[in-house]
Amino acid sequence: MNLRLEEVRLVLGAFTLELDLTLERAVTGIFGPSGSGKTSLLDLIAGLRKPTAGRLQLDDDLLADAKSRTHLRARRRRIGYVPQDLALFPHLNVRANLGYGYRAPLTDDHAHFSLDHVAEVMEIEPLLERDVLALSGGEQQRVALARAVLSQPRLLLLDEPMSSLDSKLKRRLIPFLHRIRGEFHIPLIYVTHDAAELVALCDEVTVLDHGKLVERCAPEKLLTDV
Amino acid sequence: MSAETWQIVFFTIKVSLLGTLLILPLGVAVAWLLALREWKGKALLETAVMLPLFVPPVATGLILLMLFGRNGAFGSALDRIGIDVVFTWRAVVLASAVMAFPLLVRTAQAAFQEVNPRFADIARTLGASEWRVFATISLPLAFRGVVVGAVLAFARAMGEFGATAIVAGMIPGKTMTISLAIYQNIQLGQDAAALPLLLISIAIVFLTVLCGQMLLPRKGRR
Repeated sequence: MNLRLEEVRLVLGAFTLELDLTLERAVTGIFGPSGSGKTSLLDLIAGLRKPTAGRLQLDDDLLADAKSRTHLRARRRRIGYVPQDLALFPHLNVRANLGYGYRAPLTDDHAHFSLDHVAEVMEIEPLLERDVLALSGGEQQRVALARAVLSQPRLLLLDEPMSSLDSKLKRRLIPFLHRIRGEFHIPLIYVTHDAAELVALCDEVTVLDHGKLVERCAPEKLLTDV
Repeated sequence: MSAETWQIVFFTIKVSLLGTLLILPLGVAVAWLLALREWKGKALLETAVMLPLFVPPVATGLILLMLFGRNGAFGSALDRIGIDVVFTWRAVVLASAVMAFPLLVRTAQAAFQEVNPRFADIARTLGASEWRVFATISLPLAFRGVVVGAVLAFARAMGEFGATAIVAGMIPGKTMTISLAIYQNIQLGQDAAALPLLLISIAIVFLTVLCGQMLLPRKGRR
């Protein structure tokens, strides 16, 4: 995965996000305090916001270019997104949520993206007919992750997916994130303000503050700093 | 009650229902558009939708008369295919539809705005087109509010008077609604004849608005 943000600027009222960087690692952590621009960055990458200036490119595909007014719509980007509040569709049961963006595997290479297999890996098979609002926090997290994985994204954005979980549940969810990385080979961009989560999951961390890049480092360094 | 009174009551219910059904597709579409994040021209459309609420109903009736009269922009076209509008039941439907439109749009718009915009965003990242987002996420989640909007629009249509009087007249057995009949009876000094219509009108609108209130989403309910 090669995600290039070239002199990207996003102006949202009084807040401005300004970045020029390339993300290439399998799991990149985005770290920073509230209001540092982490979610805005994910929205830009997902195609939910248009950059005011600059250019975004994922591998060979141009995602957005303010100068030429190019903007690849979110639905065409194949970039999965699990937001902080998970956004599980409350009027659909678990199976219908999982099926919403489901791309049935067309070749044997992608057979592991079948609904049954992903449900098995995420340990949500017994929940398929349940109402999403009746699930526990941890179950909802796994359903949201499975839903994103089933759309066969080429990049998965996770916005503080464990922020609402207690430390015990967080420890239980981490292996599932490792499985997404190991079994489905989907690169992850993982936003959090918990340094311990970054150490457990990420290869590299990008630190943001007030909409600007502060540092890029190994997650362990961050733990020492904190 | 006389057969004539019942005819007026059923005619009013029928044209109010037709008027509501007529504006439902466009009203829901406009409400959804207005509920979307900022876009150019949104304030203009919002203001245009609100106009019938503030322009005097008789003025709205006059505008409809000019547009749908035989020499009007729409009226002449409809006349060529043999459809008369003014001073027919169609004019009653048209007037009630126009006057009820803002109420439907405002209520449905509020319902769409209540839906967490992240649902639509995530649906898009899952590959959904705007139409699919509308049909499978926004509309089902705002459905209760849209139904309330339709119910309130129906109630508004039931009580429509000014625009209807201008564009449809008060033709007994043809365009006479409850409101027009009450007015005519009072003009003729037949207050007693207006009383049953008044009570029926209040009962229908009370029950309709009550249904709407009961359907309104409450806090803690989806």
